[in-house]
Amino acid sequence: MSDAFVSLTDLTLSYGQTVAVPNLNLDIVEGELIALLGPSGCGKTTTMRAIAGLMPPAQGRIVIDGADVTRVPANKRGIGLVFQSYALFPHLSAFENVAFGLRLQKLPQAQIRAKTEAGMATVGLTGFEARKPGEMSGGQQQRLALARSLVMQPKVLLLDEPLSNLDARLRLEMRNELQRVQKETGITMVFVTHDQSEALALADRIVLMKDGKIEQLGTPAELYARPDTAFAADFMGFENIFRVEGDALVSDSGRLPLGYQASAQILAWRPGGVGVGAGPHRGRVIASSFAGGHREYVLDSALGQIKADAPIDVPEVPIGQDVAFDLPQDTARPLAA
Amino acid sequence: MSRLMIWLILGVTLTFLIGPFLIVIFAGMSAGEALAFPPQGLSLKWYAKVFTVESFRASFALSMFLAIFGTLAALLIGIPAAYALNRYDIPGAETIRTIVAAPIIVPGIIVGLALLRYFVVPLNVAITVALFVTHTALVLPYAVRVVSSSLNNLRADMEEAAVILGCTRLQAFTKVVLPNIRGGILAAFILGFVTSFNEVPASLFLSGPGVRTLPIDMLSYMEITFDPSVAALSALLAFMSVAIVFIAERLLGFSRYV
Repeated sequence: MSDAFVSLTDLTLSYGQTVAVPNLNLDIVEGELIALLGPSGCGKTTTMRAIAGLMPPAQGRIVIDGADVTRVPANKRGIGLVFQSYALFPHLSAFENVAFGLRLQKLPQAQIRAKTEAGMATVGLTGFEARKPGEMSGGQQQRLALARSLVMQPKVLLLDEPLSNLDARLRLEMRNELQRVQKETGITMVFVTHDQSEALALADRIVLMKDGKIEQLGTPAELYARPDTAFAADFMGFENIFRVEGDALVSDSGRLPLGYQASAQILAWRPGGVGVGAGPHRGRVIASSFAGGHREYVLDSALGQIKADAPIDVPEVPIGQDVAFDLPQDTARPLAA
Repeated sequence: MSRLMIWLILGVTLTFLIGPFLIVIFAGMSAGEALAFPPQGLSLKWYAKVFTVESFRASFALSMFLAIFGTLAALLIGIPAAYALNRYDIPGAETIRTIVAAPIIVPGIIVGLALLRYFVVPLNVAITVALFVTHTALVLPYAVRVVSSSLNNLRADMEEAAVILGCTRLQAFTKVVLPNIRGGILAAFILGFVTSFNEVPASLFLSGPGVRTLPIDMLSYMEITFDPSVAALSALLAFMSVAIVFIAERLLGFSRYV
C-alpha cells in the first residue's frame, strides 16, 4: 500500500529463543484507529511494544511517516504510549506529569504551561493540576495518561488495553472520549485489546491476531458478519462451530444430519441464529437464563452443547425438558478449515 | 487465656526489653564512684564527665564518620546493585543475593578475624581504611534489601513511560526511579547508620593505637576505669538511636521498609 503511514514489513519479534511474532506485515493508514485484537499471548502487545521501540525486532522493518525507525530508540521515535496501568509518575502532580515530556524538550516555560493546560483541558482535567495521581480516580488517571501522551503530539498514539481497568460506565465514557480526541486531533491510533466488543465499537479496522500471525483484517462490520476462520468466528460470537461431513455436522460428541447440503467444511452459528421451539433437531435444556430482550438456552444435543438465544415471545422451556431446534442454512456462516 | 496471663506475659516481656535500658540510665545517674545498680545517690556528674573524656571524643568522631560515610558508600554500591537485581534477568542473581546478604549471616567476629588476618596484616592496610571497608560491607546487605523492597513496589512500566516521553535510561532512573524510592533510601541510610554505629564484633579486631570505634573504646575504658560514665554514655547513645528511629518513623513510616 502506498498510503501506509505506519508500515511493518516482515517483522519478527522474539523473546530469546521463543518467537512471539513471526514475519508480520501490516500497513496502517494515517489518521485511522486500528485495533490489535486477540487472546493473551497472541503477540498483540509485543507488536505494539515493537512499534514503540521498547522491543527491538529480531528481523524486519518498521517505517513511520516515511522514515525507517527500526533502529531508532524509543525516546527518539515521537510515539505516544498509554500504558494499561497508566504508569503515571506518583511523585509528580498531574500538571507535572503532563509537562514531563515537554520539559525534556527544553521548551520555554510559557510554552510548557500553555501546552500542558491545553492538554489537560482536552481531556477535561482542568482544575486538577495540583493533584497527585494517587488522589485521582481510575478514569481521571486514564485521562491524565492520555493527556501526557497527547501534549507530545506523537505521530502515532499506542494504547494498551485502554479500557480494561475501568468499570462499565466509565468504559463507555472513555470510549466516546477516545473517539472524540481522535477526531479532533487526527492522530493515528493503535490500540491493543482482548475484548472484541471494545474493538468492534472503537476501531476503524481490526487486526485479529492468533499465535503472532494476522488471522483476519477488516472493518468491524466485515469481521463481525463474515469471519473467515473458526478462530475468528469464535472471537466474533459464533458460539456454535461444527465440522461438516457429507450432509451431517460432526463434533467430538457425535453427528447430526443437517437435512441440506453444506458447501463449506465448517459451519458456525451465533446463538441468535439458532431456532428454538421448532425444527428438525431435538435437544434437552440444561441451562436457561433471562437476558432482557431474549432468553439464553444451553441445549444438550447429539453434537454436545448448543447455545441458542430464543426471542422472548417463544414460550419458556423448563430445564430438563426436550425442545425442538433448528440450525438453519441462512444463518450459517461457512468457514475455511 | 485469662486476661491476667496476658498482662503477666506482656509485663515480663516489657521488663526484659526495657529493663536493661532503664538500669543503664539509672546506673549512669549514680552519685557514687563505681558502676552499680541501684545507684548510690543521684547526680548527673557522670553524664557530664562523658563529654570530657578525650578518647570518647575521638572515637565518637570515628564512629560518626564510619556510620555516615560507610553507609553512604554502601548505598552508592547498593542502589545500583538492587536496581540491577530487580530489573534485569542476571545469571546467578540468586547467588549474588546470597553473597550480598552474607555479612548478616556470618558472625561479625569471624568477619573481623578474617579481615585482620588476610586483609589488614598482609596488605598493611591502615586501620581506618579497614574499618571503613568493613562497615561498608556490613551495611551493604541492609542497603540492598531495603532499596530492593521499595523498588519492588515501583512498576517497571513507569520507566518505560519516561523513556517514551523522551528520557534516556539514565534520566528515567534519576527523574522517575530515584524520587520514588527516596523513602526507601532514607530508611536504608538510617538502618545502616544505626547498624554501623552499634557494631562491635568485627570492629573489635580492627583497632589500633588511638583508632577505635566508640563501642570498642567503651569496652576498653571499662577494663581500666569502672566508673558510671560508661553507663551514662550508653544511655546517651541509646537515646540517640531511639531518637533517630523515632523521627524516621514519624517522617516516613520507617517500619514499612524494614
